[in-house]
Amino acid sequence: MSDHVVSLKVYVGIFLALMVLTAVTVWAAYLDLEGPLNTVVALSIAIFKATLVILLALLMADYISRPWQVLGQGW
Amino acid sequence: MSDHSHSIVEHQFDDMAQQKETTTLAMWAFLLTEVLFFGGLFGAYTMLRHRFPEAFAVASNSLDLTLGAVNTAVLIGSSLTMALAVHAAQTNKRKQIILFLVLTIALGSVFLGIKAVEYSHKFHEHHVPGASFSFTEVPDWVDPATLSYNVENATQMFFSLYFAMTGLHALHMIVGVGIMLVMIWMAYKNRFSEHYYGPVEISGLYWHFVDIVWIFLFPLLYLLGRHFGGGH
Repeated sequence: MSDHVVSLKVYVGIFLALMVLTAVTVWAAYLDLEGPLNTVVALSIAIFKATLVILLALLMADYISRPWQVLGQGW
Repeated sequence: MSDHSHSIVEHQFDDMAQQKETTTLAMWAFLLTEVLFFGGLFGAYTMLRHRFPEAFAVASNSLDLTLGAVNTAVLIGSSLTMALAVHAAQTNKRKQIILFLVLTIALGSVFLGIKAVEYSHKFHEHHVPGASFSFTEVPDWVDPATLSYNVENATQMFFSLYFAMTGLHALHMIVGVGIMLVMIWMAYKNRFSEHYYGPVEISGLYWHFVDIVWIFLFPLLYLLGRHFGGGH
């Protein structure tokens, strides 16, 4: 288990990006886009935001930085 | 592995690393079942909105967008404080763990408080599905004569989903606040160290999941339909 610690700047950066995207999605909701495009835009932003939150969760743990292990090793 | 960390390995695990892998995997598995749980409601929303698009748009526009957006920001803020609490646990800063968990609970409570205000508005407007339901605020751009369904009845379906989805989400927030209280108590009792912070970490996974559910609820319930009828 590595003592994996991500710089606090990364957390704050993700937080700010999420806040900006929230503002963008509210702004985009008032644009009259063609057909289903409003839904596509809103959900695309939501998926992107969800990805950022998952990134926050993954950085919190050491999922990204730890080495890959071969399954079954040591069994 | 130090003696201190060894003492908190449950007897069914070989070592701390195995315990942490197992508990973390279990939380991810639980969250997958939660996706299925909420998924049914998202599926119902998709079907009904496809069938009654005008009614869903006008009912959605009756929600308070400002309060919804503020709540989105509040919840994103709570995800940040949650991540900082885990960070503090990993670096063995006990006071900071408690501080950031208290902030997480505070932001979660603000969210629930705002939600209660919104619910209260809906009760006063008779927008709560049931015997006293009434939706008279149908704007000019909707011409009931051209629709194959009753707009008022269909808006009631939107509000049923609105209360079911935000209610289930709020329930998860309340459970989350309870979990964070337990984490504060454990931190206060000095249970955590840089070798043992799994409980804070997997509680964080849960909290982030609840945040993600809201990230989808917010546009689906508050935003889609705002561009109809000339916007504002």
